[in-house]
Amino acid sequence: MAYDSFKVLRSSAVPLPIENVDTDQIIPARFLKATERKGFGDNLFRDWRYDKNDQAKSDFILNNPTYSGKILVGGKNFGSGSSREHAAWAIYDYGFRCVVSSFFADIFRGNSINVGILPVQVSPEFLHQIFTAMEKDPKAELEISLPEQTITIVSTGASESFEINGYKKNNLLNGFDDIDYLQAMKGEIATFALNR
Amino acid sequence: MSNSPKTLFDKVWDSHVVRQIADGPDVFFIDRHFIHEVTSPVAFLGLEQRGLGVLFPEKTFATADHNTPTINQHLPVEDPLSANQLLQLEKNTSKYGISHWGLGNPKNGIVHVVGPENGITLPGMTIVCGDSHTSTHGAFGAIAFGIGTSEVEMVLSSQCIMQPKPIKMRINVNGQLGKGVTPKDVALYIISKLSTSGATGYFVEYAGDVFENMSMEGRMTVCNLSIEMGARGGMIAPDQTTFDYIDGRELAPKGADWDKQLAYWKTLKTDSGSVFDKEITFLASDIEPMITYGTNPGMGMGISKNIPQAKDLEGGASSYAKSLDYMGFEENDSMIGKKVDYVFIGSCTNGRIEDFRAFASIVKGRKKADHVTAWVVPGSHVVEAQIHEEGIYDILTEAGFALRQPGCSACLAMNDDKIPAGKYAVSTSNRNFEGRQGPGSRTLLASPLVAAAAAITGVVTDPRQFL
Repeated sequence: MAYDSFKVLRSSAVPLPIENVDTDQIIPARFLKATERKGFGDNLFRDWRYDKNDQAKSDFILNNPTYSGKILVGGKNFGSGSSREHAAWAIYDYGFRCVVSSFFADIFRGNSINVGILPVQVSPEFLHQIFTAMEKDPKAELEISLPEQTITIVSTGASESFEINGYKKNNLLNGFDDIDYLQAMKGEIATFALNR
Repeated sequence: MSNSPKTLFDKVWDSHVVRQIADGPDVFFIDRHFIHEVTSPVAFLGLEQRGLGVLFPEKTFATADHNTPTINQHLPVEDPLSANQLLQLEKNTSKYGISHWGLGNPKNGIVHVVGPENGITLPGMTIVCGDSHTSTHGAFGAIAFGIGTSEVEMVLSSQCIMQPKPIKMRINVNGQLGKGVTPKDVALYIISKLSTSGATGYFVEYAGDVFENMSMEGRMTVCNLSIEMGARGGMIAPDQTTFDYIDGRELAPKGADWDKQLAYWKTLKTDSGSVFDKEITFLASDIEPMITYGTNPGMGMGISKNIPQAKDLEGGASSYAKSLDYMGFEENDSMIGKKVDYVFIGSCTNGRIEDFRAFASIVKGRKKADHVTAWVVPGSHVVEAQIHEEGIYDILTEAGFALRQPGCSACLAMNDDKIPAGKYAVSTSNRNFEGRQGPGSRTLLASPLVAAAAAITGVVTDPRQFL
C-alpha cells in the first residue's frame, strides 16, 4: 500500500487564490535531484515561500500561521506544466491530502490520485464561496466525503458534489494503487504483447 | 469490427487497450518507454521495494539529459546530487538490461530529440516518458504523452498504464505561412488563442496544409508544445515526409519488416466523416512571429502587437497583474525594443538541426550584441555533428557565439545554465513560468529566428527585417 486510505476529511484549509499555479512553482526544478521520495514538502512553493537568502516571505500564505489544514484550495488550472510527480509528493509531504480547484491540469490530477491526494474539482461559483468563507474565518472548515463525493463548507452548509471514476475512488478508499491491479493481470498483458 | 469512421487517435488508442475497466481507466499497452535521470530513480526504488522486475526491458530506452552540464562533459559532474542521479540511472539500467545512452555516449542527447533521430519513434506507437514534452513524438502519428513517476514504475513492471481515454480535438491551420513565421510561431499562436488550459482533457490532431507542408522537425516542435495548452498530447498523420525521415535510421525497421510496417502506417489517418469533440480552424496568414510577455505560454502575441490589457481578457485580473509585475512589463507596452540580456537556443522544442539552420540564417555575417550572453545548445550529439558538417559552427563562431554540448540546459535550469534573477532571456524553449530558467529569471518564449534577431541587436526585434 503506497499511501493511507482516504474516506472523509474535515479540516481547515489554506487558500491560494492564484490562477495557473504551475508545477515549477509547486516544486522548482532544482529540487528534483533526489533519488528517494523524501523531504519534498520543505521545498513546496519554494520561491514563493522563501526569498533568495532562504528567509521566509511573510506575505506568502504558507508562512501565515493563521491558515493551516490538510486542504489546499487553489485557483483555476492548478498544476499546469510539467509531469513531475514531485509536485504531488511535495503537496502530500507538506501535509495536504486534498487539493480543491475549479480546474486541474491533466497530468497533475492523475499524479495526485496516484500518490493519495484527492483532487476535488468544484464549480467557479463554489470555489468563490470557499474563498469568501475563508476570508471571513481563516479557520473555516471544509468537509470532503469521498464515499458521498461531496464537499461542504461546514459554516454555511453549502455543498457540491464532485466527480471521480469508480475505479480510482475504490483505490483511494482502500489505499490500493494501480501497480497492485496491473500485477494481478500480468498474464493477460503478456498474451496481449505476444499477439501484437 | 465497426465500420464507422475512426480518427487517427482512435485507431492507435483502441489497438493498445488491453482491458477496459467499467467506470474506470483503460489498461493501456505501451510500445516505447523513454526514461531519464530525474523522474526514474524513485520508480526503480519502488520496483525494489515491491520485489518486482522489468517486464520488457527491450521496450525501455534511457538517456541522461535533464541535469547534465553543457560544457566539459568529459569531466566528472561537479554537483553531487546530479552526479548521483546519473549514477543511479547507469546502475538501474545496467541491473535490468535497459539500453542507456549516458553522458559521453555519442547517441546521448535530449530524450525527445534522440528517440526520433535513431528510429525508435515510429508511427502508430504508444510512447510515454516521465516528461510532459513526450508529446513531441506525436509528430510521427504516435500517441505520446508525459507520465508521472508512479506510472514510470507501472510501465517498467507491467508495460501498461491506467488511462482514461481523452476526448478529441482537431486543430486545422490552412494557408501559407508568411515570411519569418516558423512552426514555433504556429504553436505559440494556437496556445495564445486557446490559453494554457484550453485543451485540457483533449488529445489533439493537427491537420491542414500548414502541417502537411511542414518538415518533421517542425511537426515535432508543434506537437511538443501541445502540453502547453493543457492537451495530453498532439499528433499529425504520418505521410511521405514522415516515412522519408524514418527510412534508414538505425533502429527503424528494415527490408520486409519495413514494407509490412509501411503498409500499416499508411492506414493511420483520420477517416472522412470522423467526429471530434471539438474542432478549431485558424488561418496561416493571421500568424506572425510570436513572443510571450507573461508567465505562462498562453501569454503570447504577435511580435508587432502591444501587451493586452487585463480588461480585454477573460479570467483573473489579479493573476494577470501579478504576472506582468513579475516580468516588469506594463499593459499596452510594445515588446519591440525591450532589452534582452540572455538568448537561449536549444531544448526539446527547438534543439534540432533545422532550428540551428534558422538561427544561423540571421546571425550569418553579423555579430552578437556585446551585452547579450548566448547559450547555443544542440539537442543531441547527432545535431551537434550536423552543425559542424553543415558549416553552421563556423557561422556561429564568426558571429561570436560558442556552441555548447547537448542537454536540456537552460530550459529548466537544473544544471548550471541558469538565467540570473531579474534578467530577460529570449528563449526557444517551452515554458516561461516564474523562475523556470533560474530563480527570478524572466523568459520571453520565441522562435529561433526571433532569438537570433535578439542576439544580434540586444533587444526584442522583428526578425523579418533580416530575411
